[in-house]
Amino acid sequence: MNLTGTLARGAMAGLVSAFIAAASPARAADIAVKIDNFTFNPQQITVKAGDTVIWVNHDDIPHTVTSKTMAFRSKAMDTDDKFSFTFATTGSYAYFCALHPHMTGTIVVEAK
Amino acid sequence: MTTHDHGDGPSRRKVLECMTWAGTGVLWTISGGVPYSLGLVDEAMAADAKGLTFLQISDSHMGFDKPANPNAKGTLEEAIARIKAIPTKPAFMIHTGDITHLSKESEFDDADKIISQAKLDVHYVPGEHDIIDPDIRLYKERYGRGTKGSGYYSFDANGVHFVGLVNVANLKGGGMGSLGEEQLKWIEDDLKGKSASTPIVVFAHIPLWAVYPQWGWGTEDSAQALGLLKRFGSVTVLNGHIHQVMQKVEGNVTFHTARSTAFPQPAPGSAPSPGPMKVPDDKLRSMLGTVSVTFKLGEQRLAIIDTPLQS
Repeated sequence: MNLTGTLARGAMAGLVSAFIAAASPARAADIAVKIDNFTFNPQQITVKAGDTVIWVNHDDIPHTVTSKTMAFRSKAMDTDDKFSFTFATTGSYAYFCALHPHMTGTIVVEAK
Repeated sequence: MTTHDHGDGPSRRKVLECMTWAGTGVLWTISGGVPYSLGLVDEAMAADAKGLTFLQISDSHMGFDKPANPNAKGTLEEAIARIKAIPTKPAFMIHTGDITHLSKESEFDDADKIISQAKLDVHYVPGEHDIIDPDIRLYKERYGRGTKGSGYYSFDANGVHFVGLVNVANLKGGGMGSLGEEQLKWIEDDLKGKSASTPIVVFAHIPLWAVYPQWGWGTEDSAQALGLLKRFGSVTVLNGHIHQVMQKVEGNVTFHTARSTAFPQPAPGSAPSPGPMKVPDDKLRSMLGTVSVTFKLGEQRLAIIDTPLQS
């Protein structure tokens, strides 16, 4: 067995379990969005209704996660602070940083 | 973009570099809209000591303790100590925002304690870091008395009209700094009846010109505000936010940004983001500093002197 094969099999197993988790109606997922270098990463992400998105600020400057419609709104997050929101309803949620509004992102919520 | 050459040779660009990198203070005079340098700080101080001189400090970021400067309190103390040591007492001081890092009561307390040592009146405008608490309560309680909206106001000193603006409140997703309709209307009313020969100084946190929109370094509706200032013969716009010295001249308007007293930020586009820039310890103080502005009344003449904490 070579190393690449091991890694590939490991990755495959990971994908399969992720698929099972997503497909299982009882289990909602936690999805991470990193704030790095004044950007939301990934900038756009699609999740299922019931999933929770967790933002973590990795910058040395505070940021916020502020929905354009005020559907959700974090306090100022200092370095390593987290903010999470559970998306119960389908739709497209545009948000930005209220301190640095050129930072924007979108969460698309699909039905389970 | 950030500097315009007006055919006055290489001196201007060289001098700008000099200010930023070697930290030498330079006197600027404006004559017919064209800036040229006259000399170093000492000569400038001597030549203009009789006009109205006021100081600008900016971006103190009380509470900031990250690697770019673990002791932002200490460098603010150094800046104030230098201000206290100026032989001719300035008329007052303006602070162009980001007094604190996270709008905490203790951070505002620290700022007040240190800045009050200068024993000068201080006219503040907020930065985005000063208004993160709910309802902007702390900033308004301390500095917002007698101001309009989210904290804008004007005052007069020695025949110069000063206008303090707020371009960090109610920002919209995808945008930059913003003044908003209500404030623009107020500016129009405030300037009504002022003679075109009145020197105007406008100060706000985020630059009122497009320094680098990719990083949000500009104000969406600044063109409308500048339109209202067009008829005035001498307009000086002082900003902070970008933690470095930049100057631009457009007609009768001189735009100038101040250094921070807390930490430097990278030149536009020179880094992946505008976040705090870590420089070698022995270089930090050459990239922090304050500004002194002098008007010699009776002449259309203005001098802006950037002084680093360490030259």
